Amino acid sequence: MWYILTHYWSELIQGLGYTLLSSLIALVFSTIIGTMFAIFEVLPNRAMRIIGRIYIELFRNIPLLVIAMFFYVIIPMYVAKIDGFTAGTIGLTIYTSSFIAETVRAGIQSVDTGQMEGARSNGLTYWQAMQHIVLPQAFKIVIPPLGNQFINLVKNSSVLAFVAGFDLMYQGNSIASLSLDTINSYMVVGVFYLIITLPLSYYMRHLEKRLA
Amino acid sequence: MQNFIDAYSWVNILFLLDGLWVTVEVSLISIIASFIIGSILGVLRYVKIKYLSAIVGFVVDIVRNLPLILIIFFTYFGLPHLGFKPGILFAAMLAMTIFESAMLAEIVRSGILAVDYGQMEGARANGMTYVQALWHIVFPQAIKKTIPTIVSQFISLIKDTSLATIIVLPELLNHAQIIYGQNSAFIIPMFLMVALMYFVICYALSVLSRILDKKLA
Repeated sequence: MWYILTHYWSELIQGLGYTLLSSLIALVFSTIIGTMFAIFEVLPNRAMRIIGRIYIELFRNIPLLVIAMFFYVIIPMYVAKIDGFTAGTIGLTIYTSSFIAETVRAGIQSVDTGQMEGARSNGLTYWQAMQHIVLPQAFKIVIPPLGNQFINLVKNSSVLAFVAGFDLMYQGNSIASLSLDTINSYMVVGVFYLIITLPLSYYMRHLEKRLA
Repeated sequence: MQNFIDAYSWVNILFLLDGLWVTVEVSLISIIASFIIGSILGVLRYVKIKYLSAIVGFVVDIVRNLPLILIIFFTYFGLPHLGFKPGILFAAMLAMTIFESAMLAEIVRSGILAVDYGQMEGARANGMTYVQALWHIVFPQAIKKTIPTIVSQFISLIKDTSLATIIVLPELLNHAQIIYGQNSAFIIPMFLMVALMYFVICYALSVLSRILDKKLA
């Protein structure tokens, strides 16, 4: 293990960087897109609710790898030249956004409707009430599940290895085939993943206990 | 349009269904195995046996926080170096079972924790031993409480079998890749068909879990 660590340090760090970068980009955009579709689903407008429902159910029930490969194979053929990292991150964002949408929707619906009614009767518009009253309360409720989504995101970012995204898993594979020491290569990569995910998951458990 | 008609020829559809069958097979076996192992691990973690529970908890936490792809690589490429060479099918099932058992262990444990402690006390007060109370009273209630979570975990398991294409498990996505590898005009039709097949299975399961949840609640 020590040999792998010292000889392939720069590859590992580069892989870690790409994994973190992809996860963070996907986190930001999937939270935005997810929240948007979650709001769609609680709107009084029926058409919007259906659009929100379709988006969530569609991307929740298709494997991430299929979505990522779709972008990796098809976008360069017909639309624009994008590299594996971009394609993988787009796939990751869309996939995760459907889970975040579902989480946030549950959060919004668990906020007492009296909050919305009270805000409306105090003269706020629907959007003002949503933005200032309902969403902040919803987010407080969904912070632990959102944190778990982020842990999943870091783990799921390993699909970048399939689309040449130069992430940790990709580097781990090339190290394994270069050094011929598969066991130790994968163990080192595993430790790198655990360094990110394990503290996060313990922190989320702590948070869940405190908020419960 | 002609692309679609050509792509969905009988031969290709049958080949995809062949892949789908492997997906279902691997998923089903892993689901059954991981449900049993996960429940045992979850209970072991809950009951607080000195050292054992702590070790189980530690291992479960480690496995849960690793990417499944890494575990698949480890079972297929790593294990032969330890003197055990699994076949592709077995390596895929082994990796899925290891990963999903850890996920289920955590779900089962949180389910047990959510069962009111009075249930245990009541059962004990009625003369049951600790193990009897756990098995007959607490565990069934815990499973009932966690059915939606367990089913959604199984849905992710089915989706995750696609990751085993990387060790050339002949499942749905792999077969689609073989078809569009021969003719690049089939790429879009193949992706749409694969997405549809996964969607139908997973969506049907999620509807089923909602119905189950309503019935049991």
